[in-house]
Amino acid sequence: MAGQPLIYARGLVKRFGEFTAVAGIDLDVAPGEAFGFLGPNGAGKSSTMRMIGCVSTPTAGELRILGMDAVHDGPRIRARLGVCPQLDNLDPDLTVRENLVTYARYFGLSRAESRRRADELLEFVQLRDRAGGKVEPLSGGMKRRLTIARAMVNEPDLVLLDEPTTGLDPQARHLLWERLFRLKQRGTTLVLTTHYMDEAEQLCDRLVVMDGGRIVAEGSPRSLIETYSTAEVVEVRFPGMPEAGARYAGALEGVGKRVDPLPDRVLVYVDDGDAALAEIQRRGLEPSSVLVRRSTLEDVFLHLTGRTLVD
Amino acid sequence: MMTTLVASRVSPGRVGAVIGRNVGALRSGPSYWIVLLSGFFEPLLYLLSIGVGVGALIGELTVDGRTMPYATFVAPAMLAVSAMSGALAETTFNFFFKLKYMKTFEAVLATPVRPIEIAVGELVWAIVRGSLYTVIFLVVMVVMGLVEPGWALAAFPATVLVGLAFGGLGMAVSTLMRGWQDFDLMGTGQFALFLFSGTFSPVQGYPVGVEVLIQLTPLYHAVELVRGLCMGVLGWGLLGHAAYLVVLAGAGVWFASRRLSRTLCD
Repeated sequence: MAGQPLIYARGLVKRFGEFTAVAGIDLDVAPGEAFGFLGPNGAGKSSTMRMIGCVSTPTAGELRILGMDAVHDGPRIRARLGVCPQLDNLDPDLTVRENLVTYARYFGLSRAESRRRADELLEFVQLRDRAGGKVEPLSGGMKRRLTIARAMVNEPDLVLLDEPTTGLDPQARHLLWERLFRLKQRGTTLVLTTHYMDEAEQLCDRLVVMDGGRIVAEGSPRSLIETYSTAEVVEVRFPGMPEAGARYAGALEGVGKRVDPLPDRVLVYVDDGDAALAEIQRRGLEPSSVLVRRSTLEDVFLHLTGRTLVD
Repeated sequence: MMTTLVASRVSPGRVGAVIGRNVGALRSGPSYWIVLLSGFFEPLLYLLSIGVGVGALIGELTVDGRTMPYATFVAPAMLAVSAMSGALAETTFNFFFKLKYMKTFEAVLATPVRPIEIAVGELVWAIVRGSLYTVIFLVVMVVMGLVEPGWALAAFPATVLVGLAFGGLGMAVSTLMRGWQDFDLMGTGQFALFLFSGTFSPVQGYPVGVEVLIQLTPLYHAVELVRGLCMGVLGWGLLGHAAYLVVLAGAGVWFASRRLSRTLCD
């Protein structure tokens, strides 16, 4: 197993009729890595995840998971995967604990072992006091934690998380991140999709940005920022925007490496924020407000995938 | 090659786990128990009201040269109906709900369990549920003197086969259902079968065209098979009815698992 990638994909394609969801991507995910798919809605993240989860057959290309062929060894691969889908599909007819016990049985675990793991995992996701209750009254964060616990019943080598914290409040998100971080520390390989940049920065060692079914960038969060953005961003607002925006954007040209005029403010991508401020003053421009901040993945994301709204 | 062969086999353990989910639902609270028990009463009420009640007005009935009390004629049909409705309730309402709204099968398919194992597991469970009804119904029939205990035992495996056939059919139909409106359609069809499949009157009494049409539908074969065994009238014809039901069961499971793969593993 050593040195062999856990996920290996070459020229992976998924088409639904005329529509191409994934347009030929290459992937290498190493054991123990936390790997992220970033991208707007419709970028092909979920389709890729379903192929990796061996529930959707690739239209073309090669896909090997845990050293096995995704098309032919589906059941054997799935035996070693944990899947946390985007929409909770917990069983409302079952109690919280029974959800885990039942699920463990699908992996061929004995009843006694299933019960033991269920109790251990309820402890891990802090749901022990809800064990005997139904799923429906649980909060969104609790349900997601239970789904993650369910994904862990078979002690998987690889856990797939499709937008794990979408729709959760900040407390719930942080608790979940902390639990996922612990999994990572134990050596579990995590593969997740997200469109939250802070989540990607928190959890991922390495990520790819997908757009229109292709991978448009790849690297660690830091290296992506270094490659596709600048160290700092100056956000400048002027009186009279948005009408005056284009004029001010022109006036800011050359202050930094790139200028991005938005309806309410102008973003200037610079290596040194203070030097840029001095230059703005020297040019006699009079902004109504100025903010210097560090560049984030969000800047990379918007630069690579554009600002057009995708639905 | 060997792995492909092994992987393509249906695993009894995984089928058992699919069944186990429904046992888990029973352990999780009273709601599923209520669903289970409510399905039992309809055929019993018909037996009492039509078989016994209307039967008192009709008196004796002569079919194929054999004369019997009307209730004795109706009871085996109600037994077949109760096997049918037990299996159908499980494989239509419950199966559809798990497939379409609860996304239960989606979650199951992320594990090593395969679509065919879901179909087989759900079918076995449907038969367990149907058999719960038929066993109680047979006991009622024996107590009421509508069947000899020995023939009741012989009829039981036939009711299991009836459950298999209607379970397979129900599952196949469920994978084609678009929404709840289709259940009204199905309910009407089921009620028509219930009324005209030689249940309350012999099909020989119908016009020839209608009789042939009825002989194409599944409940007719179920009723004939179960009635033959209950009354101890054995003949080669029973094998024909049984063969019809076996084919229906196999085709249903095959179709349902194919549809499951198509809709959930696209």
